Amino acid sequence: MSGWVIRRFLQMILVVFGVVTLAFVFAFLVPANPARMVAGPQASPAAVASIAHQLGLDRSTWSQYWSFLGRLVHGNLGISFVLQGRTVASEILRALPYTAFLAVGGVIWEVIIGIPAGVIAAYKPRSFFDRFATLGALFGLSAPPFWLGLMLIYFLSYRWSIFPLNGVGSPLIWYMILPSFTLGVGGAAFYSRMVRTTILQVLRSPFIEFARLKGMPERTILFRHVVRHALIPVVTMLGMDLGYFLGGVLIIESIFGIPGVGQLAFASISTLDVPMITGTVMVAAIFMVVMSFIVDVAYTFIDPRVRLNRGQ
Amino acid sequence: MINLPENELDFGIAGSEPTMLGQPNFWRRALKSLMHDGVALASVAFIVLLVIVAVFAPWISPYNPVQQFANGLSPVGAPVGPGSHFLLGTDSAARDVLSRLIYGARVSLLVGVVATSLASAIGVVVGAIAGYAGGIVESVLMRLTDMVLSFPILLFCVALIAVTGPSTRNVVLVIAFAYWTYLARVVRGQVLSLKEREFVTAARTLGVGHIKIIRKHILPHLMPTIIVYATLGIATSILLEASLSFLGIGVPLPQASWGEMISEGQQYFQSAPWLLIAPGVALILTVLAFNLAGDWLTDLLDPATREGR
Repeated sequence: MSGWVIRRFLQMILVVFGVVTLAFVFAFLVPANPARMVAGPQASPAAVASIAHQLGLDRSTWSQYWSFLGRLVHGNLGISFVLQGRTVASEILRALPYTAFLAVGGVIWEVIIGIPAGVIAAYKPRSFFDRFATLGALFGLSAPPFWLGLMLIYFLSYRWSIFPLNGVGSPLIWYMILPSFTLGVGGAAFYSRMVRTTILQVLRSPFIEFARLKGMPERTILFRHVVRHALIPVVTMLGMDLGYFLGGVLIIESIFGIPGVGQLAFASISTLDVPMITGTVMVAAIFMVVMSFIVDVAYTFIDPRVRLNRGQ
Repeated sequence: MINLPENELDFGIAGSEPTMLGQPNFWRRALKSLMHDGVALASVAFIVLLVIVAVFAPWISPYNPVQQFANGLSPVGAPVGPGSHFLLGTDSAARDVLSRLIYGARVSLLVGVVATSLASAIGVVVGAIAGYAGGIVESVLMRLTDMVLSFPILLFCVALIAVTGPSTRNVVLVIAFAYWTYLARVVRGQVLSLKEREFVTAARTLGVGHIKIIRKHILPHLMPTIIVYATLGIATSILLEASLSFLGIGVPLPQASWGEMISEGQQYFQSAPWLLIAPGVALILTVLAFNLAGDWLTDLLDPATREGR
């Protein structure tokens, strides 16, 4: 068991290392001359060359890669080319709370819509609610989030002035309701379908029959056996969603004007701010890799069957 | 369309029938199941309609999609609402929304189909080689897949576009390069179990080469999975293309794309909501149709996948 966790951990480190390397290669592919960008358009060739020397760009690729890794270990992601004198790490840390708020909100919406909808639909299959939930899920899965977000802004913010139009302010939660809802709709739709299918399977299994036969009340069966069983896959996938959302949800941040990591990444890509691109993309990928490790390990604790399989 | 080679080394070993895909009455069964499933029928019909609209766009569309009309703006310079002259109104550049919508279907389908085909080809090759070869080859290929998978797909596409520059060709390549991982994982899993089956051992014993075994004996079994994933992949690719165009780094202007239409419409949506509603509804219906068709194909081709997601 613990051997498996260690192997999985080493595998995670390997993937993180690969991701970091990919990001480094990527920075080389960006069609921009970093020294020229830092020096400014009017700088003389000599000044550009001296900045290239300062940035270490005149050294060999391997030596640059080595110092890149060395700086990373100390949490140094470099200095932005475009935002004068700001470090990439501080910019990401400044944007992260907004994205984290949004990401957690998105996951909460997924849970409070997706799970009850799936449970009710499974308990009353082919009922009016079940059909309504199916239709809603189909819509939620197919509607592009940016379109859905704009529609919500149009009706709820502009027409009926219920929510603020865009941007962030105080209290933050008020500004996050619509964006996090937009973020969560797709997942809510997906989970409602998944929970419904799982519960219908669980309801047919012998241990539920047994619980009924020994006279356990339906409500207890529902909460103690059925829902608990159906939630195992959902919990792990929610973890993956959180990792994915933390990497920045650039479209939703952009239409709602939230200064999060996604906006930062998109802005840096538009201005070809190479260290910022590398930094944001790398951070996003690392969130995913780490979350998937946590989820995998958590899975073995939540589901005894997995633990037994992996223990061997 | 799908014509599978006969398994000449099959020996009638039990359980080696690939799927009902290879059976002679496949098309009749497909048609029969379609007739019993109203939702599937509607979605397939919608896709057929969309293909016709996209192919015959120059004849169907009422106007040239990039032409700016003198009567396309109101006296105060605002877009004209839906009416008898412009069925779905005009946009802020005085162009006909319906014509742009029709030409936008071309872009969506083209990018969706080509990107998905490319992604499927990469995914199948990587997955099949990893699963079949095993060992170090498998570890390297699958860790590579994990790495690509750990980048959020849209951010990954946006970053790649920044390197390659926006053009329709690059949008297709970038989406293919980001999307192949999903199929690679599934294919690898299936090949792992397929290569242990008797007919593969039989073929090996007879001295058939590895490449020929993959092509003739393993690939046919993968077809149902590939077809289902490709159908769902078209929906995803269309959404990705729309997202990229929405961000202004997709299909270049002045070419019409649904995502770009939504992005442009957002500035005027308070006065001209049709600019948002028309392309949005087109996108939803298209993605919905491909998703539903994918569900139907899953049930039709491969009962085993029904238990998964």
